[in-house]
Amino acid sequence: MAMTMTQKILAAHVGLQEVVAGQFIEANLDMVLANDITGPVAIKEFDKMGAKEVFHKDKIALVPDHFTPNKDIQSAEQSKILREFAYSQEITNYFEVGEMGIEHALLPEKGLVVAGDVVIGADSHTCTYGALGAFSTGVGSTDMAGGMVTGKAWFKVPSAIQFELINKPQEWVSGKDIILHIIGKIGVDGSLYKSMEFTGQGIKYLSMDDRFTISNMAIEAGAKNGIFPVDEETIKYIKEHSTKEYKVFEADEDAVYDEKYVLDLSEIRPTVAFPHLPENTKTIDQVGDVSIDQVVIGSCTNGRIEDLRAAAKVFEGNKVKKGVRAIIIPATQKIYLQAIEEGLVKIFIEAGAIFSTPTCGPCLGGHMGILAEGERCVSTTNRNFVGRMGHTKSEVYLASPAVAAASAIAGKIYNPEKIVEER
Amino acid sequence: MKAKGHVFKYGDNIDTDVIIPARYLSTGDPDQLKKHCMEDIDKDFVNKVKAGDIIVGQKNFGCGSSREHAPIAIKASGVSCVIAESFARIFYRNSINIGMPIIECAEAASKIEKDDEVEVNFNTGEINNITKNEIYIGQKYPEFLQNIIQKGGLVNYINDNVGGK
Ligand code: SF4
Repeated sequence: MAMTMTQKILAAHVGLQEVVAGQFIEANLDMVLANDITGPVAIKEFDKMGAKEVFHKDKIALVPDHFTPNKDIQSAEQSKILREFAYSQEITNYFEVGEMGIEHALLPEKGLVVAGDVVIGADSHTCTYGALGAFSTGVGSTDMAGGMVTGKAWFKVPSAIQFELINKPQEWVSGKDIILHIIGKIGVDGSLYKSMEFTGQGIKYLSMDDRFTISNMAIEAGAKNGIFPVDEETIKYIKEHSTKEYKVFEADEDAVYDEKYVLDLSEIRPTVAFPHLPENTKTIDQVGDVSIDQVVIGSCTNGRIEDLRAAAKVFEGNKVKKGVRAIIIPATQKIYLQAIEEGLVKIFIEAGAIFSTPTCGPCLGGHMGILAEGERCVSTTNRNFVGRMGHTKSEVYLASPAVAAASAIAGKIYNPEKIVEER
Repeated sequence: MKAKGHVFKYGDNIDTDVIIPARYLSTGDPDQLKKHCMEDIDKDFVNKVKAGDIIVGQKNFGCGSSREHAPIAIKASGVSCVIAESFARIFYRNSINIGMPIIECAEAASKIEKDDEVEVNFNTGEINNITKNEIYIGQKYPEFLQNIIQKGGLVNYINDNVGGK
């Protein structure tokens, strides 16, 4: 029977010619990931499993990124558990603050995930690596522990929804606007259990950073994974970042999809998700007057170099509105350095924004920009649930880096097209 | 491998917050968690539930957070199986991994009623409604998943297979 791209990758990792949707399989893993929150729980389970060693010291990645640099004693203790485990097990891919980054930006950058891989992570946004043509998905801590011991995880083979992307997006429309548009259309459970498989000639207009953003938020539609075909762009990226062998899988032409959508990218407008669900989307033309207190540009969704460049383009020659806090957080140390070298940091600081060391920080209401009661924030992160970034009566509006930057300048949710015109 | 008991029936989108409210998450102890299982949707549940009983839900059972406390609370309360039309995927994984059997079957989810006596055979996927004398066919588990559940979860399963490596 014809298979989707995801099904083909999974079949190859169980050593089967064919798998079908609904089938249970036990697949070999190429990478197993955890962070400073989920890692310590998984390590406890690992100990209970009676194993002495991890299955492969190069195929585990431990990244302290959520509450680091440690914000308090409790988080320091958690990081310590992770660090001691990494050292005692001689884990190759453990990244201390000086070389770290937010896990889902860091792993592709370090070349730890390539096309054709199967990856699990004890973090729901592990689906990010679908951008590289890999199968990757989030799991619980017990799964993570099992993966570290055996190098395998069980899966139920997903069916898929196909999203055919056609035509070229408008200038200020990025991967973030596209995925918010899709979630607005299908809802937060629109792709429950399923793969989101992106296809179509429009993909050639999307940079790798755009694709990472789109795959990253597949989970916000309930999806198991969100995957892109491998093209020249992907291969170029992989060759630049990795020496690992990659493998290209393609969906069969007659693969069966539960549903098919055709999205004309040229018609998508900059899009904002209103509180408290990522599906509550409005185009920038419909947002009305929403005054704000804070802007956050960063996270595993939008803390990559192109995101910072887009923000800088809007900030250049402008000032953050008085009374608004603009917080910019590059996703990795490498991006941090690149932003300095390209002069982006100068633009941010001259505009009146702050520029911090890489961390998840405010994305999950951890530190570095928590909201007080009644405050509103435009954020380039991925979730705007009640209390996600602080007080349960605060509000998070999800948007692209360009929209976030424009909003910081205007003091209200604002269209970047207008800022650039008005300059 | 079988489960048999009387049914507690619930609707769509039973989320992890009603299964075990966040205010009780400061502990991971199953005996503590079970005291508050389903508290926010069915106050009587903890008083009425007997060993072997079965929960039947509808769509998207277990949606919300990835907390493993939710299936732990259900299992600790004595429930032998959860049947639903569909489960949220991380809840599904977590249930199997902690050794709580769950099974998807749209027909069973719609036809079974509160208090029916039901027997589930995990080897065949057969759900036998003893009260109504009906049989529904759910998804059956492959051998290794049966093994995980039989051994009481992934930790024991792996322990038995590779422990002491
Ligand atoms: S940036 Fe936010 S969503 Fe991404 S891994 Fe960190 S906490 Fe999770």
